[in-house]
Amino acid sequence: MWMGPPQPVCGGPFLDDRQSLTEVFMRRSIYHRSVPYLFLLPFIAFFFVFMAYPIVFSLMLCFGKYKSASFTFTGIGNFSFVLSDPLFFKALFNTFLMMVIQVPVQTALALILASLLNVKKLKGKGIMRMVVFMPVLLDAVSYSIVFGMFFNYENGIVNNVIRLLGGDGLQWLNLGWLAKTVLIIAITWRWTGYNTVIMLSGLQNIPEDLYEAASIDGAGRIRQFFAITVPGLKQVLIFAVILSVNGMLQLFTEPYLLTGGGPVNETLTIVQYLYKKGFKSFDFGVASAGSYILVLIIAALTFLQIKVTKEDKGR
Amino acid sequence: MKTKRNGFAYGILLVSCAVALFPFLWSAFAATHTNTQIYQIQWALRPGTRLLSNLKDLTASFPLGRNMFSSLFIALVYTLGILLIDSMAGFAFAKYEFKGKGFLFALCLMAMFIPTQVTLIPLFIEMTAFHMIDTYWSVILPGFASIFGVFLMRQNFMAFPGELMESARIDGAGDFRIFARIVIPTMKPALASLGILSFVNQWGNFMWPLITLNTKEKYTMPLVLSLMVQPGYVTNYGSVMAGAMLALLPVLVFFLLFQKNFIDGMLCGAVKG
Repeated sequence: MWMGPPQPVCGGPFLDDRQSLTEVFMRRSIYHRSVPYLFLLPFIAFFFVFMAYPIVFSLMLCFGKYKSASFTFTGIGNFSFVLSDPLFFKALFNTFLMMVIQVPVQTALALILASLLNVKKLKGKGIMRMVVFMPVLLDAVSYSIVFGMFFNYENGIVNNVIRLLGGDGLQWLNLGWLAKTVLIIAITWRWTGYNTVIMLSGLQNIPEDLYEAASIDGAGRIRQFFAITVPGLKQVLIFAVILSVNGMLQLFTEPYLLTGGGPVNETLTIVQYLYKKGFKSFDFGVASAGSYILVLIIAALTFLQIKVTKEDKGR
Repeated sequence: MKTKRNGFAYGILLVSCAVALFPFLWSAFAATHTNTQIYQIQWALRPGTRLLSNLKDLTASFPLGRNMFSSLFIALVYTLGILLIDSMAGFAFAKYEFKGKGFLFALCLMAMFIPTQVTLIPLFIEMTAFHMIDTYWSVILPGFASIFGVFLMRQNFMAFPGELMESARIDGAGDFRIFARIVIPTMKPALASLGILSFVNQWGNFMWPLITLNTKEKYTMPLVLSLMVQPGYVTNYGSVMAGAMLALLPVLVFFLLFQKNFIDGMLCGAVKG
């Protein structure tokens, strides 16, 4: 039984040097000192083997060639290869184009849905919130296949409806911009509800009397939306945008299954490019260099977005 | 005036709900269709008669029972492991002072900003060296290095009153006992959130299993579905949809049973894909 002085922080090095002079206390002290490390041990072991080491390893791979377990240093060759590969820039362009369209559309839709779901005295809010959230339940592979079938040229349901209305079916998956549109529609379907629920939780923090005061002053709902809801949600909005931007930059499953990156690489994304280099042509060096370029892009964008919020807060 | 405005809100919300639900309903009905019916608009949202034969088709090309088992085994072992490992680590970071704490914490924080794509190739090389390629462990183990859950649990442990632990210690309880008997039982909501998030993420995990698994029997459900629609195969889409519905089932059941915890869990993650 240990009867030392109570400490503000539990556990840890309990005994000071004077007490640890006796042998019993010494053993106890060593035990107590090791307690936090014992708690950490499983995680830290996995962290070093499957995270820290791989991160450093792939940094090394960036600067060389790795073939049958032997490594030869090649300097910045991999980077200059990636940065002069038109396919990489195509993937970069595709990813960014889809991102700059998808993220604002999805954020706006989610914002509208969230503020509608926040209307007071609206019956069935709970169930509607649940239904709107449901698309994320379907796994990425299943919904990609389903949307692929919806947009099939010959007999997908979308073209069938268009033909029923007297139009001509569109070559959804055979034209670059239409294929991108299909991906944007599919991703927006899956993630809008999720973002709606994030924003709903942010809306709970906007005090109700702000709206009451505004409506006494004669501000309509649209006016209230732009004067109270949007500024009040700023932090949550930026958070949601960061998430969506990162998700779009790491897009893989949807183009892999829905469009196969086609037609003619029109929907090839950065991560698909990395996957092809790494696991189709087994060019580990080039894929690693590309993945670190992706790290820099994500870091720069996240930094930018955080900075935008910080600056605003200071005002 | 007020009701008219609410009518407008209802209109938009109901349309959104319909859009959200349509692909679910459509694929559930599609699972009962023939390959011709599935593409005919008059059959959309109408039950067909082929559910059983579609399922049979599915089991003819894949050992579906094994695949469901693979998916469940990987997702469950991963989830239980994450709960244990991350709550222990989170506890250490929240409630102890020790040498190297600041360093380790900063290291974890930095690693959190590195996207998973960076580690894929080294992990693949490591797994090959460990002779773990094409095993369940190759899918499960790397996930244990994920930092998110540690931060989440740490956040929750910080709120746990230190006096409670102190008095238990005076009563002679050891640290591990305090952790297991006193602290963990109060963490059920956080554990539920982390557990649901981990399960759903691992259940839908696609890219990494695609890289490491290469035996039919070990494939998880997303892999099975993705292989069935590869170009060159004559695909019976009805049976693909039947498979998709099977893959949806556990997640849907979880969602309907624990709706609030489920949504909280998915939000606490806010990690896509």
